[in-house]
Amino acid sequence: MDPSKIGILIVDDEESVRSSLYKWFIEDGYRTDTAADAKETLKKLEEQSWDIILLDIKMPGMNGLELQERIRDIDPSIVIIMITAYASVDTAVQALKAGAFDYVTKPFDPDDLEHLIRNAIEKRKLSRENLQLKQKISQLNPEEIVIAESPQMKHVLELVDTVAQTDSTVLIHGESGTGKEVIARTIHNRSRRRLFPMIAVNCGAFPETLLESELFGHEKGAFTGAQYRRKGKIELADGGTLFLDEIGDISPKTQLDLLRVLETKQFTRLGGNRVIRSDFRLICATNKNLEEEVKKGNFREDLFYRINVFFILIPPLRERREDISALAHFFVQKYSRAMNKPVHDISPEAMKLLKEYSWPGNVRELENAIERAMVVGKTPTIQPQDLPFSQAPAFDPAKVESDSLEAIEKAHISAVLARTGWNIKRSAEILGIDRVTLYNKIKKFNLKKP
Amino acid sequence: MRNKLYIVPIHHPKAVNLELLRQALSEVFPLSIEFLALDLDIESVFNARRHQYHSTEILANLLRQMPDDAERILAITDLDLYIPILTFVFGEAQLRGRAAVVSCHRLKNEFYGIPADNDILVDRLIKEAVHELGHTYGLVHCENYSCVMHASTYVEEIDTKDYHFCLDCQAQLENPEIQIP
Repeated sequence: MDPSKIGILIVDDEESVRSSLYKWFIEDGYRTDTAADAKETLKKLEEQSWDIILLDIKMPGMNGLELQERIRDIDPSIVIIMITAYASVDTAVQALKAGAFDYVTKPFDPDDLEHLIRNAIEKRKLSRENLQLKQKISQLNPEEIVIAESPQMKHVLELVDTVAQTDSTVLIHGESGTGKEVIARTIHNRSRRRLFPMIAVNCGAFPETLLESELFGHEKGAFTGAQYRRKGKIELADGGTLFLDEIGDISPKTQLDLLRVLETKQFTRLGGNRVIRSDFRLICATNKNLEEEVKKGNFREDLFYRINVFFILIPPLRERREDISALAHFFVQKYSRAMNKPVHDISPEAMKLLKEYSWPGNVRELENAIERAMVVGKTPTIQPQDLPFSQAPAFDPAKVESDSLEAIEKAHISAVLARTGWNIKRSAEILGIDRVTLYNKIKKFNLKKP
Repeated sequence: MRNKLYIVPIHHPKAVNLELLRQALSEVFPLSIEFLALDLDIESVFNARRHQYHSTEILANLLRQMPDDAERILAITDLDLYIPILTFVFGEAQLRGRAAVVSCHRLKNEFYGIPADNDILVDRLIKEAVHELGHTYGLVHCENYSCVMHASTYVEEIDTKDYHFCLDCQAQLENPEIQIP
């Protein structure tokens, strides 16, 4: 530590105290200065930065406690040590409550003063490191941007702000692609847990046994292939947020295990006996109607009530068309930077198409459409022909060869398949039938992928 | 021409042989070292409430009576010294100035309830005298625990350090332009 890099300001109305402390610190090599009253102190704070301020409690005019508050307003990271002529518990308590680092009674023992200053320097160093680390974490964890022009999405953001301040469990419901994880991350980033991680698990992406291992972790030898001990996502989320996407897809056994963890915040790794505690905030998301799933017996009622504490519904994009323009422009800017391509606008005709389209894949589909348009587009403005669904034949009943229900059904399915680029899942969703039925229809009408 | 370091005894303990101090200082500072008797008004710097003497006032008194040929002036005393904010000081000096004072009062074993040891007392006195004179040459406290410029708030710390300046402090002493980080 180079003492000349540490600034100590001595504030006392007694000249002899100022001069003797000044001398003491100068001999230690610290950058030192003195101030006789509040006015001079505030002036010196404006002129340069100080690490430690030794502040007399009793001074004429503004006393030390008031001045302490002013100093903290200017720079809360300054370490303040209060000095008084009398050992008074009341003033000491007052000073410490107001944020003073320590409190000394004059005259001090030289050794006490030395220790006090060393501790104050250490505190200052730790505060600075803490601040720098927090800034680094904030940079690593940038705020998600949520585009909200529509009243529905503005309402969602209001709910996000409300729930972010609490530790309540949140259930987010929305169709596929509506941005459930973006909303979960926004809640996390605006909560007091933001300096800890948000751990996301897509429950639909794992078979039952793997999901258990993913959530709870496992000990070495817990199952064939478990060669090493592994921490689960619940353990990793300690201090932060656990985001369980597609919660409606988990098996009854995992539902029960999860319920136990939510009730006790304790669990054991697979194949282990040691009880592990994890302090996490839970956010769940689903595109299923969980109430229906409970009625059907597919989802535990007790788990449903445990996770459905604060409910947020994200409306599908087709129900909030005011957001389409802002979202589309946001994605244009995003991919223009990412691809380093000078595409900056969307033509009115293309925008009309974007606004009229039903967006079964929601915001994710819109993002993909813009990304594709920017790849294939030749001009600095996105044109209708750059959009993936513009060439898809729109279903026009007048053009159907026959008025039979079957012919109309064939034409409509064909149009939807063309519009989704033969995406079976999405087409089935638009048509309101399951995928097996759609395959059967394709076979029946002898439809061929172009 | 100013080339002398005057040692001014003020109420110095009779058991201490100041000649040993003079010899030791002459090995460190290239000055002609002599003793000087001054009639200082020591009672005016006495604080009756604390039963101690204000070292800064002693320095002011020394400067007022400093001979013309004095490069530095060092008072040695048995009085208990203080500065207002501290309970005591072993000594005081003007940083980049010309006057210094060292007290034997708290350097003595007897002060801490252990048997007197004159050799240890002289040893501590020399170290503190070199330390305070080092301040008059602009040296600040040194992190090196064996350097004579290391800050000492206990006699045990004085016993741990050496009579001499560390290489960094010595370099700065010989060339005051060098800024030791």
